[in-house]
This record gives sequence, C-alpha cells and structure tokens, in this order.
Amino acid sequence: MAQAGTRNRPLSPHLQIWRWGPHMFVSILHRVTGNANAVVGLAILLWWLGALVSGPGAYATFAGHASSWYGIVVLAGVSASLFTHMASGVRHFVLDIGAGYELEANKMWSILSPVIGVALAAIFWALLLLA
Amino acid sequence: MGNGTSIGRVRGLGAAKEGTHHWLVQRFTAVGNLLLLVWLAVSLIMLPDLSYATVREWLSSPLPAVAMGLLIISFFWHARLGMQVMLEDYVHEGGNKFAAILILNLVAFAGAAFGLFCVIRLALGGA
Repeated sequence: MAQAGTRNRPLSPHLQIWRWGPHMFVSILHRVTGNANAVVGLAILLWWLGALVSGPGAYATFAGHASSWYGIVVLAGVSASLFTHMASGVRHFVLDIGAGYELEANKMWSILSPVIGVALAAIFWALLLLA
Repeated sequence: MGNGTSIGRVRGLGAAKEGTHHWLVQRFTAVGNLLLLVWLAVSLIMLPDLSYATVREWLSSPLPAVAMGLLIISFFWHARLGMQVMLEDYVHEGGNKFAAILILNLVAFAGAAFGLFCVIRLALGGA
C-alpha cells in the first residue's frame, strides 16, 4: 500500500495552462535577468578588474571595447538587467514577508518592477555621463 | 520517509531534495547585493572620470577595496545559488544535473577567487 497514490499523480499545470498576466512575466524576467547578470555581468566585472590589475594597456583595450557600439549595447543591456533584477528582487522581499498578494497590488507591482528597473538604469547612465 | 501518508511519500522528492538553508542564504546575499550594487553605482557616478589612473587610485583605497571584495563574494555566492536553482529545474537527468552543478561550483569559486585576487593586488600590490 506504500505505493498507493504515487502513480498518475496530477502534475502542476505549466505555463500554457494559465491565462497570461504580468506576475508571470515578471517572474520569468527575474530568472532571465538573474542568469544574464551571473553570466555576462560577472564576466565583465572580472574583465574590468583584471584589466585594472594588468596595467594601462589592458585597461585601454577594455575601455575601447566598452565604448564601441557593441560594447555600449552590451553595457546598456547588462545595466538594465542588473537594475531590473534588483527591482523585481525587492518585490520578492515584499512577497517573502507575506505582503503584496492582493490581486490589484500584485498586478501593479508586477508591471512597475521592470519599469522601475529600466528607469533606474537610465538614471544611472544619465548621472554617469552628464555629471 | 513515511510509509503511509501522502506527505511522507513526496517529502524530499522535489527538484532540489532540500532547500530551506539555500533559500535563506539566497535572501541574505540578495540584501548584500542590493546594498553593494547601490554603493557601486553611486561610487562610479561620484568618480570624476573612469580613466585608468582614477579608477585604480579609487580601488586602491581601503574602504572601496573592502566594499569591492564584499561585492565579489556576495555577487558570486548569490549567482551560484540562483544558477543552481535554474539547473535543478531544467536539467532533468540526475547525472547531468550533478555534473552541471559541480561545474557551476568550480566556475563560481574560480571567478570569485580571481576577482578577490585582483582587488587585493590593487589594494596591496603597489604599482
């Protein structure tokens, strides 16, 4: 009888079953941006630090790539990904303490989290380049 | 493992087999990441420029060097935990999952070690 009920157990429905909502989008976005930060963001951080240790020549090489058109595209993407993950991460802190599950509040912050993240990245670049 | 109730049969059979400690450390490092990312962004904005001499002098001073060291530890630890969850969810075959998480651990520790070496070299290594 130990096996009773273990076969043909219902599986939890996957994405295509549910009607799409912003909470699903922000959840997936949190995972995507987190893994992007881990792979691309940390690689750039190590390249930057390594170039700084290696000397002016290596740093000039790094700066040359970073300020090229493809470097700007990558850095803009990584910064947007970092700040978006930060914003949706703060949303997770709120959910972790048991708050923010009311339908309207949950929907609002699901939409606002990525918007705030991209806005913070834009503010960061504005302050960095204009100051 | 129980031998009768439903909860006893499924306990420990999730993708990760266990997880409270993992979950908590993910939150602890997340708070660290939040503080340290704000520190890094504000610091980069406050620097007069991002030239070699400026950035090197900045990271050679004690407080920025310590903060950057903590950032490397917190970022890499958090990344290691997060990517482990991703692998547990999407790599279904047991042996492949074990190998993927093993490689993740090697790369995460190697990356953190390289980053910390760079910071220590900048702070203590002179020219």
